[in-house]
Amino acid sequence: MIRSELIQKIADENPHLYQRDVEKIVNTIFEEITNAMARGDRVELRGFGAFSVKHRDARTGRNPRTGESVYVEEKHVPFFKTGKLLRDRLNGK
Amino acid sequence: MTGKTLTRMDLSEAIYREVGLSRNDASQLVESVLDHMSDALVRGEQVKISSFGTFSVRDKAARVGRNPKTGQEVPINPRRVLTFRPSHLMKDRVAAGNKR
Repeated sequence: MIRSELIQKIADENPHLYQRDVEKIVNTIFEEITNAMARGDRVELRGFGAFSVKHRDARTGRNPRTGESVYVEEKHVPFFKTGKLLRDRLNGK
Repeated sequence: MTGKTLTRMDLSEAIYREVGLSRNDASQLVESVLDHMSDALVRGEQVKISSFGTFSVRDKAARVGRNPKTGQEVPINPRRVLTFRPSHLMKDRVAAGNKR
């Protein structure tokens, strides 16, 4: 499923809403989650999962092709942990 | 970094602000979006949200695990797990936003 298919499903279920509003609604949800993580906040959606930011220390990496050492700066990366309900549903529980 | 935790309520609030729906309708739409994504994943589909990221379901084979406390071997059944791969845009925005 891609973003446009998700928008279509929501639009079909809500014939009283304009298509452009449905687009805005779906986009707002993903935009808010990204904005929260960009601020270093967590987003917890019980039953679905939680988005958080993990810190990665600086390290000396290696170019796998040349074997050359390269310095990799510390950084923050997005992380998602599946919620219990969804994890159980994936396994038919 | 403010270290806050957002919930469904904050997402509904954003929809109320951006689109002007009632908070009640907004929260029902948040739920529908999460339900459709979950249903697709349970069917084994990938959920690909451009410029956000991709959720995919992977099959894990059975293996022998170990209770780290007792050292006892325990069988781990085959199972399906969900992985999220953030888009480059999200990675860049999260990295830039948290840079000190």
